[in-house]
Amino acid sequence: MKTLDQIFVLTQHWLTGLAPAALQPLVSMLLIIAALMAVFGTCFALTTILERKTLGRMQNRYGPNRVGPFGLLQPAADGIKMLTKEDIVPEAADKALHFLAPLALTAPVWLAFAVLPFGRNMSAIELDAGILFFFAIGSASELAVFMAGWSSQNKYSLLGAMRAIAQMISYEVPLVLASVPVLMAAGSLSLPEIVRAQSGYALGWIPRWNVLTPWGAAGFGVFLVAAAAESNRCPFDLPEGESELIAGFLTEYSGFKYALFFLGEYLGLFAVTGLGVTLFLGGWHAPASWLEWLPSWGWFGAKFSALIFLFIWMRATLPRLRLDQLLNFAWKFLVPLALIDLVAAAAWLKSGGWQFAWALETRWLLCATLLAPAYVCLGRHWRGGTPKPRRYHYAQ
Amino acid sequence: MATSISKTEVQVTAARTSSQDDLPEMHGEKMVLNMGPSHPATHGVLRIVLELDGEIITKATPEIGYLHRGDEKIAENMTYNQFIPYTDRLDYLAPLANNVAYALAVEKLLGIGKALPRRCQYIRVICCELARVSAHLLGLGSFAMDVGALTVFLHTFTQRETIYNLIEALTGARFTTSYTRIGGLARDLPPGWIGQCRKFLDEVVVNIDETEKLLSRNKIFVDRTRDVGLIARETAIDYGLSGPNLRGSGVDFDLRKAHPYLVYDELEFDVPIGSVGDCYDRYLVRIEEMRQSVRLLSQCLDKIPGGAANEAKEPINIADGKVVLPSKFKVLTSMEELIHQFILVTEGVNAPPGEVYFSAENPKGELGFYIHSKGGGTPNRLKIRAPSFVNLSILPQLLPGHMVSDTVAIFGSLDFVMGECDR
Repeated sequence: MKTLDQIFVLTQHWLTGLAPAALQPLVSMLLIIAALMAVFGTCFALTTILERKTLGRMQNRYGPNRVGPFGLLQPAADGIKMLTKEDIVPEAADKALHFLAPLALTAPVWLAFAVLPFGRNMSAIELDAGILFFFAIGSASELAVFMAGWSSQNKYSLLGAMRAIAQMISYEVPLVLASVPVLMAAGSLSLPEIVRAQSGYALGWIPRWNVLTPWGAAGFGVFLVAAAAESNRCPFDLPEGESELIAGFLTEYSGFKYALFFLGEYLGLFAVTGLGVTLFLGGWHAPASWLEWLPSWGWFGAKFSALIFLFIWMRATLPRLRLDQLLNFAWKFLVPLALIDLVAAAAWLKSGGWQFAWALETRWLLCATLLAPAYVCLGRHWRGGTPKPRRYHYAQ
Repeated sequence: MATSISKTEVQVTAARTSSQDDLPEMHGEKMVLNMGPSHPATHGVLRIVLELDGEIITKATPEIGYLHRGDEKIAENMTYNQFIPYTDRLDYLAPLANNVAYALAVEKLLGIGKALPRRCQYIRVICCELARVSAHLLGLGSFAMDVGALTVFLHTFTQRETIYNLIEALTGARFTTSYTRIGGLARDLPPGWIGQCRKFLDEVVVNIDETEKLLSRNKIFVDRTRDVGLIARETAIDYGLSGPNLRGSGVDFDLRKAHPYLVYDELEFDVPIGSVGDCYDRYLVRIEEMRQSVRLLSQCLDKIPGGAANEAKEPINIADGKVVLPSKFKVLTSMEELIHQFILVTEGVNAPPGEVYFSAENPKGELGFYIHSKGGGTPNRLKIRAPSFVNLSILPQLLPGHMVSDTVAIFGSLDFVMGECDR
């Protein structure tokens, strides 16, 4: 079982060993890059088809089922279509920026995968400030989106880019704030260290995942919502809100550049989902001790897929917010809640040394009294009071 | 065109963080955004020129006519019966209701409205209400899709498919039904149709409930639609709105109650009206109208003279050879009927000189036909009062002050069809 768990690491070591000693660091690096690109490239292809399939099932229809068995080759067909399509650049466009924007979106996103731990001993580089690196890389996508919107010289693109910037900047704040308590708990900015801090079981059977603490649960909620917004997923997909802005900043893109944007957005979603798994769901740890024989990367994959499914589910269920509501939601609800969560996390950690009889229950109560009223009050008041349900009435 | 932004406008921008004195005189420019005629939210070919201050609309100018086919002029060059297929293409989401409204208008001109057989009247009510359910299902679906809830659209669309199957069984066409004739109908109910229709009624009630579950208390949907696109009672009346858009604003006016036609006065149904007049009210009214239509339909199926199989041979056409084509058998065997057939086909129904206006409560509102006749088989002038056209006239007054995202919610809630608007 040890071998299965470490199979990728061992293979990589073996392959590196075949190379001449002088080239070994380079080969090792290239192998990791190739593996990451292959895995998440496939993941992108699979997610597009599975998303369409799942949406189809939720909407009472089949989804794509023409190409290959169960339509599984649909991504290949889409890829060929995208590659062979004419690449149209508007006459008035700023050609250089228009060309660079998709690259500027996709390239940094790949970098974010470098710091994520996908399994035991399986992170490309163990940066001490891994999470800082992640957020720094993540915020590069804003620039690309604005480049796309601005260079297209299209009013819809511009409006879409404007919305995207406002949205991404606003939601980066709760995203980071929700991660801070985890850093406090782990006492480290390194992602593998954060996973290590979540190992073991409380009371012998409850995994010590951050999501299973009061502050972790609240933080995870905030993180999920902010992650959806950060990666332009429904119900926060208004930068490309198809019904009003055609396709937002993507309006003037076609062919492979469009596909690159698509790829970039999905990779961004994967990266932030991977971060969520790492920060709150115990990373690659198994949920119970008798399940630990399964390989660690399998557990990461399972949690990762579950979260991706959640995002698809949200897309099938929810309508789209309006820009001002979206920003209000970030600044008036998520940010204050994340701040209060910070206080709750501090209280939880500070009271960690309590030894009396009902210590754990008291700590839960303490955090709950901090978080629950805040959740209720903020939820009621971020949009200026909850309106009463309204109904039609019959004419006399 | 550079315009200087006034002081009050500066206060709502992000610039208010710095003190007013530090600001140099700000020059802003308004952006003109062209929405349509080909745009996902304009439900066809409406073009609307928006003047934007940021995302806030300051001026909206609708441009219509991209689907103009000159239906009214075409009507002057053909007999009354020949125009029926053109009515399919007015509100193409409810062709059956248009057929009925047009036939009733011509029958009013001929003065034979009261003589219509009862079975025919019941079938026509069934047609109208089926069309209403179908149009509202699509209207709500596309409304929900415009505010981002794609699932609702597909959900209602699936149910609409059953209506199309019913219509196909009834008229032979799914879309371009052309079902009515002056003085009657093209054919009687097919065998087994009433049973299928009852089954559909059971299904659609569930479907409406599910749709409501997805939307009515959905916080995002409510936030997107409440207090958006507010049309006050008086404004609604001033602009001549009709249908669910008028009733959403709290005006109790339904032609089926106000000027009952067909057998509506013998059937029980309620008219839902809204309280405020925003997009949410219009949504609520449409949902309930579908339930009332289901109520009407099941009453019709119960009370229809002759029942399902029509063993009593209840007539569906007026017994007047000068209005309705005689049966083929009679044409071949009797001289009088042969003459009638010849005259009807070549010259059309001989209408008396005069003018009439008849309007029916269609899914989109009051569909009216004004016919001016100088006698003979063709109208001298036929004017169509299209509800979508009138309902759209409120846009320049309604849109300013809203955000770009609100336009789609407003368009969706006004539920217009350009085929009817542009005629």
